[in-house]
This record gives sequence, structure tokens and C-alpha cells, in this order.
Amino acid sequence: MNSAPSSVRSILSLDGQEIQFHDGETIYQVARRARREVPTLCYDERLEAFGACRLCVVEVEGMRTPVASCTTKAAPGMKVRTTSPSIEKHRRTLLELVVSENRQVEVNPLRGYASQELTTLADRYRARNGRFQGKQSGRSHRQDDNPFILRDYDLCISCYRCVRVCAEQEGDYAISVRNRGFATQITTEFDHKLKDSACTFCGQCVQTCPTGALADKKAMRAADAPGEIRKTRTICPYCGVGCSVDLMTKGDRLVGVQPAMDGPANQGALCIKGQFAFDFVQHEDRLKHPLIRQPDGTFKEASWEEALDVAAEGFRQVLRKQGRRAVYGIASGRAPHEAAYTMQKFIRAGFGTHYIDNCSRA
Amino acid sequence: MSNPLADMAKPDVIFCIGTNMTECHPVAATGLKKAIARGASLVVADPRRTRLAEMADVYLPIRVGSDVALLLAMAHVIEREGLIDRAFIENRTEGWEEWRRHLKAFSPEWASAICQVPPVDIERAALLYGRGKPSGIYYTLGITEHICGVDNVQSLCNLALMTGNLGVEGGGINPMRGQNNIQGCGDCGAETFVFPGSVRIDDAAARDKFAQAYQRPDLDLGQPMTKVTALQECGKSIHAMLIDGENTVVSDPDRIHCEHALKSLEHLVVIEIFMTETARLAHVVLPATAWAETEGVATNTERRVQRLRAAVPPPGVAKPDWWIISQIARRLDVPGFEYESAGDVFDELCSLSPTYGGLSWERVSRESLNWPVPTPDHPGTPMLHVGEFTNGRGKFRVLGYRDPAEVIDSEYPVWLTTGRRLQSYHTRTQTGRASGIDYLLSEESLEIHPQDAVAWGFRDGDWAKVTSRRGSVKIKVRATERSPRGTVFASFSFADVPVNNLTGSGYDPTTHTAELKVCAVRIEKSSG
Repeated sequence: MNSAPSSVRSILSLDGQEIQFHDGETIYQVARRARREVPTLCYDERLEAFGACRLCVVEVEGMRTPVASCTTKAAPGMKVRTTSPSIEKHRRTLLELVVSENRQVEVNPLRGYASQELTTLADRYRARNGRFQGKQSGRSHRQDDNPFILRDYDLCISCYRCVRVCAEQEGDYAISVRNRGFATQITTEFDHKLKDSACTFCGQCVQTCPTGALADKKAMRAADAPGEIRKTRTICPYCGVGCSVDLMTKGDRLVGVQPAMDGPANQGALCIKGQFAFDFVQHEDRLKHPLIRQPDGTFKEASWEEALDVAAEGFRQVLRKQGRRAVYGIASGRAPHEAAYTMQKFIRAGFGTHYIDNCSRA
Repeated sequence: MSNPLADMAKPDVIFCIGTNMTECHPVAATGLKKAIARGASLVVADPRRTRLAEMADVYLPIRVGSDVALLLAMAHVIEREGLIDRAFIENRTEGWEEWRRHLKAFSPEWASAICQVPPVDIERAALLYGRGKPSGIYYTLGITEHICGVDNVQSLCNLALMTGNLGVEGGGINPMRGQNNIQGCGDCGAETFVFPGSVRIDDAAARDKFAQAYQRPDLDLGQPMTKVTALQECGKSIHAMLIDGENTVVSDPDRIHCEHALKSLEHLVVIEIFMTETARLAHVVLPATAWAETEGVATNTERRVQRLRAAVPPPGVAKPDWWIISQIARRLDVPGFEYESAGDVFDELCSLSPTYGGLSWERVSRESLNWPVPTPDHPGTPMLHVGEFTNGRGKFRVLGYRDPAEVIDSEYPVWLTTGRRLQSYHTRTQTGRASGIDYLLSEESLEIHPQDAVAWGFRDGDWAKVTSRRGSVKIKVRATERSPRGTVFASFSFADVPVNNLTGSGYDPTTHTAELKVCAVRIEKSSG
């Protein structure tokens, strides 16, 4: 994580414009705040800057060569140019090299939150021209049969975001880097399956990967389903941390979950349940109609009118025979406020008692 | 939580007790891991050698149910070493002198005999916590699910009060809530002791306010009944129940008793998304919309009130819980159930709850704030107890140690403790239906120490029959050093291994929280 900016403010010149910055901010952070579109591939704002992809280079007056803006701290009086013909050429050449190494540049957005980053930059810099005849460096792990994370390293560009997010954000250190230079491979201990590593399947590596080399296998089941991907912001249904997530839907189908990078409780983090355990929602076992128990013990489907009448009549009978202290309500810690509020009101307004509780005592 | 989640990366010393955070609240644990990477010290007290325990600077593998003894001894050391915050004690607390005198008797040597951890480790833990500036306490159900749950929590409060670790960034006493909206459920008054806004039911003014708002002049003043009591009263004084989205039969202690209780009701209505073990016992089952299909609001463990949004239509004719409950109420001629949307319900809650007074459906749809939010221009309250306590001074509670409701003996010589696992959630109605989860966790197992496995004649994968005074289950054995010798562990997630047949030895007398974390069992070989 980048250190929090202090309150000390200084001024630098960014593309000829005077910009205030906090002590400790990098040039990249200042440029982003000033809405400059400095390209990056190895950058994830939640992680320590890494300076590997060199796309974020900028010219600083007085320095002989361009510097990586993500690892260079802003200094008072600095004169920075975020773009120039030679910088743009440099960036394009770098991207052409990166693209030459990849089996494909266009990947399905269901692969992960950041999966479109390389595609987008390749288009912006018109870097799909095949100027270099690249060899592929990444070897996909086809034996890993886990149901969650696709390890398609043919698309890997060795930005190390997956390794860094696992170490810095999750603290799990499940994946690491083997070999050097062109032979670099993302791997686990002894190159085994993720299941046999310290991996908890939180999905953080998938969501930070800028090329789709790591992909959400569950979401990808809907890759060929018709319809646009829509995102709806909500909160994870599991524990009490309250992580913000985006629900991914195609038409009426819930196809996946992505973390909200600006979620106040999670800043993009999720666990295996929040990331991958969403498909209970559209499971065939869901109750679809009201059910009334028959004298023989079986349940019969009923209309709402019929079922609600039977439900209410039962309470009326007990109220009449045994009085208002014979009815009890149990609310759910899993349902929203509106459920809990109406439950307690049903008991307090309906029977004048406090015979209401929830699952927190169990 | 007294402090916001963002504070978790900030303490100097972190004291985790009765929380398996890396499995139960994994995302919150990332904050602690960052604090540790930054150089913070970690003290963990837990009978099981969890992942969190392995990260600790001082790990205290205390015997199940011995927390109060440990915390008394830690307080003893902190007082003896003069690590107290005098100014805080003088300005903001009461009962210090009595507490100080009380502590003298509880040395680490005394506690060691109960907790079964060396006195020197208790000293180290106390010195770390006492010297931390700040020190933050984090706990979960390992603290509350005991007959002395209230004493456990108050022991933690005593530590924080002595050292002035309340109302400071990175400090505080922070319970991690287990369910997405269990905090909100209490906020809404769906709890027998409180009205919406957490106002107690024996507060006459609040009683009058709700009697009027709900047009119920005969509304009780006081007279709570917890779920535990209600289940005991089924078929005696309680004859009808409305259960919304709780798989009571599997999640509650003493399953056999619980099932019997629900079967003895004249009328049981269950609102559910699946045909759970509990729904099967109902006379009427009403299908509710699920997460991702329901508009609403939930409050997380740091009291942050957040919007839930619907993204897909529900199956069949399923309806939101509030609609279903309102329809039943209207048929019984209960006034005030003419809601047309979730927003109508939430706005009524805000109008009646002091802690939500400044919130509205419109506002929660725009921003997420930590309650209390008393007025529409209030920015929310990420940290409680800054400068002053709501109820005046912080009170030191003089308390002592007592044994769990059930202790091991010659007939039931092994401690059983229960909890959750990372990949499954509660009774698996949801995670059990999510594809892929089985790949990592397909069945439940009983964790026992490898040396116990040898001593009791078990190999990994053998079947065991576990018996308590209330029932027995068959379960496969897994040898692991996560379990200490003489203590075994299982989760209650799998319906085919109903671990809650065994639990239910006792309840906290104040809160009626079940002692799910301790019971005495006997383990025998079984053919499966």
C-alpha cells in the first residue's frame, strides 16, 4: 500500500500547469489526480508501486532519461511532462513487445475486473500490428482442475500483480515467481495445483490480472450466453464485514461477482464465499410457490391468497384460544432491515408483546 | 465494533481472543495482516492452533471456556506493572479501586492452573497488551457462546478501560459479527430486549412512544422472552411461530430438543428461500426473494449502513420478506402495514430509531455511514466512545471465573468445541448449493490431535461415534495439530453430521446465548 499522504503541500509543474501535491505522493498519483491518462499495466493502487512495465514513464526536466512515474516521488519545483512524441513512441513500442508475447489480446470481460487493461491500451496505442514476432513465455497450468481460477499463463505478461496482491493485500503468499527474464513463470510451491498451496481461492489474483491470464472460471461459464454484461452494486451476503460487490448479470441470469475496488469495508478484497459462492441464488432448489402442508404431511403448492389466508388464520386461532402471549417470531440476521423491522412490528403491533428474537443467540 | 474496520491496520498491539478471523472474517483479517507486516504485535488466545494463532507473537492455547481466568490474570499483571492509564481511569471510569483490590488474588500462576498455559506466556501477553499504544481487542463467538459470555465481554471491557484503549484510533473492543445483517437485525429491534434503535423495552418513555406509533396501548413494559425460552415453551405457553429465514433446527444447540419443540406447535409459518430442515416442519412455507433479488439495507459489523440492490428477478412468485409479513399482518387487521416499497419500511424505521434518525432510503442509496447518525446533516460515527461514553462513566465490573456448564469427567472425558470453516457458511443452505465448493470441502470431519488419534486408536478417515449427554453423531476423524490434546473440533455446517445433536449444555443467564463452544463428549470407534 502506498503511504498515506501527509498534509504538507508543495507545487510542481505538470505539462506546464502548476499542481499542488502532498508530501509522499508519487508523480503518477499527482498525474492521476490531475486527470492525466498515464498508461500502466503493473500498477494496482492498493499495492506497493513496482515499476516493472515502464509504461508510466514521464520526462522530468534535468533528468537524462524518462522515469517511471509510479516509483518516483513528486518533489517541489519539479517540471514533469506526462506526454511527448518520444514518450508516446516508447510506450507504443513497449506495448507492441508485450502484445507480441500474448496468444490473444482480446479477452472476455467476465475473466476478471481488470482483464480489459491490456486490450484497452493496445487499442489506444494501435499496438496490435504484429511488428515483433514474439515467442510465448508463459506456460498455462492445464492440470489445475480447480473450479474457480483458470491459469491461462499463455496470456501472462509477468507484471506480478497476482503475486503482489496475494502477498501484500491478502497476506497469503500462495503464488510466487520462478526463473528470471524471459523464462519467468508464475507458480506455486513445487509448481503444484492451487489446492495444494496456501491459496484460499479469494480471487484477488484473478481480479487484478490485466490480461485475463488468470480468469474467473465460474463467470466464464456464461461467456457465450447472450446479452450485455450489467453490473449492480450491492453488499456480499455472507459474514458481517459487509464487502461491496458488483453483481454481474446477463439478461436475467446472475453470472458472477466482482469486488468493488472502492468498497468502504473491503477496498476490492473478497474471500472465497463472496467471490465464488453466489449461485445458490438461481439454484433449482429455490422455493418458487407458497406451500401448504396437507393432512397426510405432504406439501401442496398454493396461490399467495390461499397460503396467506391459511398463515393468518392459524395465528388468529391461536390468538383466540391461547391469547396474545402464545405467538412468537424469529427474525433473520441474513435478511435486510425491512424484513427484521416488519417482523418485530408484526409481534409488537400485532400482539403487544416483545416475543421476537433473532439468530444471534444460536 | 467500537472502531471502524479501517482501524484494523493501525494498532500497535492486536489482541485476538475467540476469533478464527482468517476463516470466518477473511477480509477483515487482511487488515490485521497489514498491521503485522507493518510491525504490530499479535497476541492470540484460542484453544485451537488456527492460522491466526500461527501468526501470533504470543499464542495462548487456553482450555475451552477458561477465558475469564486468563483475562483476570492479564488485568492483574497490567495493574501490578503500573501499565494503567491513570488519567483515563480518573476522568472516564468508575469502580476502579474495587476492581484493583479484587485483582490482587488472580495471579498468572492461579490462571495457569485453569487455562493450562504457562504463567510466563500470560505475563508476556499482558505486558504486550498493556504497553501497546494503542492496543485493539478483536473477538467473535468464541467469547460470547459460553455460559459466561457476558463475563467474557466485560472482562475485555475492563482491560480496555484500565489501559485507556477506548475512543482511540486503532484501539477499542471489536466484536466481529457473523452474519451480513445480524447487526442490522438488532438495530431494527428484532430482538426481545430492545426496540428499534436499541432502546431497552423497560424504558417507559420508549414503550409509550411505540405503543402510540403502533396503535397498541397494551404494549408490554419489559417482559422479554428469548428464543431459547420460547423453544422450551413450545407446546406449553407458545403455540404459534413465524420464522423468517432461519434454519433453527440445524443451527441451534440440542437439535433433538429443537425439532421436538417446533413439532409441538399448533401453527408454524416459515418464510424461506429453500426447503430447509426447519421449513419441513412448517404448516405453511412462504417463498421469499433472496440476496441479489431484494432491494434493502444491511448494517455491517462496524455499524456501517449500506444499500442492497436487486439485479435479477426472483424465481416463481417469490416475494420480499417485508411484503409477506405485511400481508399476514393486514389479514389479522394489524394497523400500519400499508407499505408499497422497501423504502417505505426503511423510512419508518429511521423515523422511530434515534440512531438512524438522520438516515433515509434516499440517503442510504447515496452514501454509506456508520451509525449513530442522529440528524440529516450528521456525517456518521465511525468511532464510538470518543471523549465520553453514552451512558456516563465506564464501569469496571467485578467478576470471577466459573466453570463451563459441563466439564469433562470419566464418562465424557473429551472437550468438544464448534465453529465455522472458510469454505462453508452456517448450515450450507447457500454454500452447499454453490458449485465448486465441494472441491475444497466436501464433508465434515472431527479434528483431533495426532497423539490423541494414536492413543484412541484412530487413523485419518476412520469413523468415530461422538456422544454427549444429549445425543451422538457419526463423523470421520482427521488428525491435525490445530486441535490441542484432549479437545476436538467440528463445524455444524453439514446436515448429515448434525453436530448440534451434541451441544447445548448451558446458556448465559443474561443473554441466553448457548454455550456452543464447550461440551463434554466421549469418542468411540464406529463402523460408519
